[in-house]
Amino acid sequence: MTVNATAPSTRKSGSLFLTLVRFRELSIIIFILLLIVLVAIDTPTFLTVENFRNILLNISILIIVALGQMMVIITRGIDLSVSATIGLVAMMVSFTVVAFPGISPVVALLLGMLLGAILGSLNGVIITAGKVPPIIATLGTLSIYRGMVFLYSGGTWINSFEMPDSYRALAKAAPLGVPNIILFAIAVAIIIYIFLNYTRPGRDIYAVGSNPDAANVAGIPVQRTLFMVYLISGMLAGLAAVLWASRFESAQTNTALGFELQTVAASVVGGVNIFGGSGTVIGVILGAFLLGTIDYALILVQISPFWQLAGQGLLILIAVIVDSAIRRRLQRLGGTGEL
Amino acid sequence: MRTMINNGDGETAVSAKRFSLNFFLRWEWLLVALIIVVVIVNSQLSPYFLNTRNMMRATSDFMEMGLMMLPMAYIIITGNIDLSVASIMAMCASLLGYLHIQGVNIWVAAIAAILLGVLGGTLNGFLIARVKLPALVVTLGTYAFFRGIAYGLLGDQAATGYPSSFTFLGQGTLGAIRFPFSAVLFIFFAIIFGLVLHKTIFGRYLYAIGNSEEAARYAGVAVGRTKMSIFMLSGFMSALAGIVIAARFGSTRPDVGTGLELSVITATVLGGINILGGSGTMIGAILALILIGLMRFGMGLVNVQGQVQSIAIGLLLIFSILLPNLAQQLSRRSIQIRRSTVLSTATMLVLLGFFIWFFFWSRAAILSQ
Repeated sequence: MTVNATAPSTRKSGSLFLTLVRFRELSIIIFILLLIVLVAIDTPTFLTVENFRNILLNISILIIVALGQMMVIITRGIDLSVSATIGLVAMMVSFTVVAFPGISPVVALLLGMLLGAILGSLNGVIITAGKVPPIIATLGTLSIYRGMVFLYSGGTWINSFEMPDSYRALAKAAPLGVPNIILFAIAVAIIIYIFLNYTRPGRDIYAVGSNPDAANVAGIPVQRTLFMVYLISGMLAGLAAVLWASRFESAQTNTALGFELQTVAASVVGGVNIFGGSGTVIGVILGAFLLGTIDYALILVQISPFWQLAGQGLLILIAVIVDSAIRRRLQRLGGTGEL
Repeated sequence: MRTMINNGDGETAVSAKRFSLNFFLRWEWLLVALIIVVVIVNSQLSPYFLNTRNMMRATSDFMEMGLMMLPMAYIIITGNIDLSVASIMAMCASLLGYLHIQGVNIWVAAIAAILLGVLGGTLNGFLIARVKLPALVVTLGTYAFFRGIAYGLLGDQAATGYPSSFTFLGQGTLGAIRFPFSAVLFIFFAIIFGLVLHKTIFGRYLYAIGNSEEAARYAGVAVGRTKMSIFMLSGFMSALAGIVIAARFGSTRPDVGTGLELSVITATVLGGINILGGSGTMIGAILALILIGLMRFGMGLVNVQGQVQSIAIGLLLIFSILLPNLAQQLSRRSIQIRRSTVLSTATMLVLLGFFIWFFFWSRAAILSQ
């Protein structure tokens, strides 16, 4: 439960082993490698740069939103409203862009982030000022935001041909050789990595999640930190919404329906402790990558498309079980590896 | 959370006066009051609201939710959660449909579906109680897994052509007022679940686990076995809901009831069952189900779309916990108005104002084209 990265190492022998053991993401890397080897044996054509690029393309949006989700989960919360936020912001920004085709895509992105941040901060207010448990608050706003998509659009949707070219190119264009959407994911990951590890508000997130009472006594602004993580989660969902609309060239009333559970799955598979206090950017990226690889592999090994969801669910379960088994074994050996 | 409305029934009253106050401040009475308000408002809005036949027909729309809500109440009281209920429901309904297409007798198929549901619940229970993984994580995984099996079984086809003796389970009615058979089923199980929760040792164990799992274990409660059994129970009831929904629609598609798990949880929590575990009553959950049903029925009559109806349900869910909390905060100490509070409130209001303005402005811009 606690962030005890600095557990006293009494044993010096086998320190390399212990270092490996303390590297929290080890089990998921093993799992990914195992999966890749198995798929490569079945389908040797799997190991190409093209396939790797496609997987990254598929998981970029997931990474962006899951990183926000991770910060919320570290504080012992959960944000179920991210999918509805994506749906609502994607619809509002797409409507605006279609009505005013001259808008620069950068403005569209910023607008999406602003709208998402407002929706996220509403969650934050309900949770911090209203003392509503996060799962209830965001379950409520999930219904409200999704309902607002219908209210807003009146059941209509935005098609590909209505969107201006610049807007459609936003996610897919590759001026630097790599599609923009992947660059966005990388940029977000780097910023959040720095934020969580090298800034005071970022460290506060871990402190609040490890022990809210102790954090309060230590003078950490607990309420402000909680508010901030929901705001950031909403803002990232808003960013993801614009990229989503651009990538799939549409905004529909059911955009991103059920996506919230994928973001939680990516976090949990990536080793973020559902009871708060721990979680890393690398872990979440690996978690999303694992989910993306599973999806891609299931298509490649030509499992009937109807059985793919079952395969996904089964592999997520196996990943979580294997991860917890490894962690427990390590806990006995090294005394670290928080659950 | 929500200490003002006292849900615990083991509380000893200090004085008779305080007892009566507690009694009337109970969450259940607030729900009753809300139900009365909804009935009055709706009967003013639509002349069709108080029509018995309409209401009976609408009732059957919520029975699958109700069947799944009963074990969900147990699970949430122990401080756990089950996100996989709607997926188990779809998986079992799909197995039923699949076996029916293969020419298996419908009742044999129904028994197989029930067994599959119990098996699914057992998998959840095993991973949570024995492997000791968090319920949220496990049921998130089985949420995808069980739904995936539903798709695997039926693919993109729909199973149809159930015999009328079977569809009676979902469509059949009793008596002149057309009381739905599925509601009889629900009432039967609601009484059993309510009695077990409030009148048996097993029920006390559920609260004990919810209050402190550690303490319950030291007190000799078989925590693992209890958790195992409630998840198996949840699988059983979800399978039953699957059979009822297949019978009601007269057909099964693998995507049946997508997202229903969140509605089930909403009803449970609105019923006053603490999401953190340890308190809540079955009658509260049932009242919440009735409230949600009446609200949706009433809004449907005045042509509010289903998705827009969920705005009202979401607001109700949030305010049901927000308002008592705020009232408690205000009554506990005189409000200290600090400059930072005023500033942040003002900023928040400005931002929300901007959002609402933009919501209507950008919408008008495109609708005028």
